[in-house]
Amino acid sequence: MRQGEPLISDRLKAVLILIPSIIAIAIFVYGFIAWTGYTSLTNASLAVGSGEYVGMDNYVDLFTGLRHERFRTDLVNTFFFTALFIGLCLSVGLLLAMLLDQHIKGESFFRTIYLFPMALSFVVTGVVWRWLYHPVQGLNALPTLIGQPPGEFRWFISQDRWFVFNWQDLGGYISAFIFIIDIVLVAALVYWNRRGGRLPGFIVAVMLLLSTWALLEGPQQLTALRRPETHGFNLAIIAVVIAAGWQMSGYTMAMYLAGLRGIPEDLREAARVDGASEWGVYRLVVLPLLQPITLSAMIILGHISLKIFDLVYALGGGDNPYIDMPGVNMFFTTFRGNALGRGAAIAMILLIMVALVIVPYLRTSLRSEHEL
Amino acid sequence: MYATLIFFAILFLIPVYMVLVTSFKSFSQVSLSTMWNFPTEVTLDAFKEALDKLLPNLLNSFALVVPATVISAMIGSLNGYVLSKWKFRGSNLIFTLMLFGMFIPYQSILIPLVQFLGSVGLYGGIPGLILVHVIYGIPITTLIFRNYYTEVPTEMLEAAAIDGAGFFGQYQHIILPISIPGFVVVIIWQVTQIWNEFLFAVTIVTGADKVPITVALQNLAGSQVVEWNVQMAGAFLTALPTLLVYILLGRYFIRGLLAGSVKG
Repeated sequence: MRQGEPLISDRLKAVLILIPSIIAIAIFVYGFIAWTGYTSLTNASLAVGSGEYVGMDNYVDLFTGLRHERFRTDLVNTFFFTALFIGLCLSVGLLLAMLLDQHIKGESFFRTIYLFPMALSFVVTGVVWRWLYHPVQGLNALPTLIGQPPGEFRWFISQDRWFVFNWQDLGGYISAFIFIIDIVLVAALVYWNRRGGRLPGFIVAVMLLLSTWALLEGPQQLTALRRPETHGFNLAIIAVVIAAGWQMSGYTMAMYLAGLRGIPEDLREAARVDGASEWGVYRLVVLPLLQPITLSAMIILGHISLKIFDLVYALGGGDNPYIDMPGVNMFFTTFRGNALGRGAAIAMILLIMVALVIVPYLRTSLRSEHEL
Repeated sequence: MYATLIFFAILFLIPVYMVLVTSFKSFSQVSLSTMWNFPTEVTLDAFKEALDKLLPNLLNSFALVVPATVISAMIGSLNGYVLSKWKFRGSNLIFTLMLFGMFIPYQSILIPLVQFLGSVGLYGGIPGLILVHVIYGIPITTLIFRNYYTEVPTEMLEAAAIDGAGFFGQYQHIILPISIPGFVVVIIWQVTQIWNEFLFAVTIVTGADKVPITVALQNLAGSQVVEWNVQMAGAFLTALPTLLVYILLGRYFIRGLLAGSVKG
């Protein structure tokens, strides 16, 4: 079998080519994450060097330490920012994609305009929008051009706050929410099993564990502050949402447009023959087929918004708690405040939030590919 | 319908309008409440001052982007070739584990990274930053090339194998000649990403004369004494290279963009 010999050595070459990358990723991604994880369990700082092991103290401090209100504000800010940012990008992106899909004149012209902010740095976006958000001039001066009084909103330095709640109550809300979700899920599972479906055991186990933790003590522990502390939707976030949406909704449009172009004209034609109106074609044929794209877009946008750093930095530096986010806080805590242990803890919490979004996506994305 | 499209086009172009009208004004014109007006007299003073302050940093960014992009494109091409045409047991798992590296918040590796670069003497300058962008560029460049090479019919490689071409022979004679569009997509993607990147740059590079353009722009805008017209001119200069790439090669740019959503 002389033919077999070179084949084996070629396979070996293929693996050898890959090995430097595998080692690099193993060290620089997974090894470093483990290292950060370990650092987060110490009180390391530039002053004390690598520090001593302090267990979960950094995490407990972030959630319940009176001096770390900023981190809790970050979490609340991230929540509202992510929800609004995804909502804005999806709605604008879908609207623009549907309009461009009508085979209009000048399509590529409009597409170029909607997508160009994607080519810019978030720093450029931040610097430019900071000028547009100037409280006296800028966008606030626009109404005066048509004889109206100037705008009053102070954009990213606004200190107004809606939906104010006490951080101590949050645990109760979360527990109640999880309890309701659990009831719905159990009902759905019972229904699913009756119809002959089978559920992977480990999902049930994870759900049970999470629910037990949630109902017993988890959220209460995370929100056990010694004194009331109010949080809420800081309206300054709107300024970040608009700037980020300006940059990213063209991207969402491109994803939707690619999806729309992938839908065979026959399908739409068939619906038209069956008497559907043009809007009916969209509602009954096109939008359901776009659902996977919506999900992908939500995940891509969601992980970008959780990680957001440069835009907030360029808009407000690290000094503006009303638009602060975990990624910014981590940078300033670690590299300006020299608290490596606490910075590492923020980084790990950020990583967990992103992983919760990305890991299921990677799994399903690649599994569906294997079936092809 | 056209009304809606034009309305959104105007919304998207408002910041561009603002950058242009502000950066062509002299400072005395900017400080008045005539922000939205055209400049009464067009002057290049703001651009001169911005260029004066940012030119070293523009050059730093070029010195960063060119080697980092070339190296990571070559690595991505070889990796993509192996992961699409020379699959082995566990290669899909390795690919998935690699991909995860492109989604992580880089804050989660930043502390060890700085300590590591410090210990090997690469902290503080552009060479360290090149290394960082090459390594964290592996996932996306590998992904784009793998998806690109998956479309290449395996029969072509089999035919070459019958003619006696081995692993590298097939790469050199079959894969590489048809890789140009793939390389264009990857190079455009890496150039824009690395040019625009801020977190690594602000953490790893120290010294005002050594930082890339994004950090310098942020420093310029962060200092209270710098006038708005100079800031806008600086923003324009920072945006110009990637904007040119986008305008000239937009089609390939969008392909890279969509590849970022994994399935491509």
